[in-house]
Amino acid sequence: MFKSFEPNKIFVITSKAPKYVLFLFIVVLTIGLTEALVLSPEDYKQSDVVRIMYVHVPAAWISLGIFSSLALLSIGSFTFKNKNFALIAKSLAPSGLVFNIIALVTGSIWGKPTWGTWWAWDARITSMLILALFYVMYLLAWRIYDDKEKAVKVTSLIAILGAINVPIIKFSVDWWNTLHQPASINILSINTAIHSSMLIPLAIMTAAFALFSLLIFLMKYNTELIKVKNKGLDRL
Amino acid sequence: MINEIISMNGYGAYVWSAFLFTLISFTALYFVTKLQLLKEQKRFASKFGSLNVEKARAARSQNINREILSNTSNI
Repeated sequence: MFKSFEPNKIFVITSKAPKYVLFLFIVVLTIGLTEALVLSPEDYKQSDVVRIMYVHVPAAWISLGIFSSLALLSIGSFTFKNKNFALIAKSLAPSGLVFNIIALVTGSIWGKPTWGTWWAWDARITSMLILALFYVMYLLAWRIYDDKEKAVKVTSLIAILGAINVPIIKFSVDWWNTLHQPASINILSINTAIHSSMLIPLAIMTAAFALFSLLIFLMKYNTELIKVKNKGLDRL
Repeated sequence: MINEIISMNGYGAYVWSAFLFTLISFTALYFVTKLQLLKEQKRFASKFGSLNVEKARAARSQNINREILSNTSNI
């Protein structure tokens, strides 16, 4: 089943795709920024500061999504003994960490005018910080271990252990009293607490961020494949 | 209109700094990743150039190696 996705077969696609993804990302981001900064309405309570939501929320969603993917790929790597899964996970991690940092920093900037503080040790923020630490450990483990087999095992373990934190982040606002409001959007339900005039820019910015993570993933994956091929040339 | 967008009802510093931080992070990550890719492509081209004819022919028989070389020639 996984043979069609072997690096040798898909490199033709992954090496050409970044320029198209970059073009699409710039178009979607331009539309998203116009919607988010100019066209969308201000909030009746938070005024214009609510616009930070358009970078904060997509960044948090995507960093969570990427870490969940790392965990699934790590389980797949263990189960099917497929090295490509580990390579895909390794290529996804850098953009996941950057999105996590963006979510923390923009959340902090948003917190000052709304809560009166840059930082609070509330459940959602603390669990997002823990996720960032798992990302750092994951990326460091790839650098520390020269033995690739060992690196795959250690990074997989970090990703699977870190995945325990993902539902904690998601449900932290329901389980504990936090400064964060409960979730306004439920992907399993059509009922959301956000008006379409704000939901549409949020969706466009999420699409732009997803395209950016795809772009970085493709470039990083190509880099990793060429590294493997460089080692192959040494063995010739 | 422009002043309203810049001031954001007094929240301009917060809103613009959040968006700027995001865009700077994106730009930095893009260029770091691009540099790493270019570095590996150059290393591959230089290693390939030092192979003898027989080894180069063997390496060229793989589609992926040909694809890397064709991308490297565009650098």
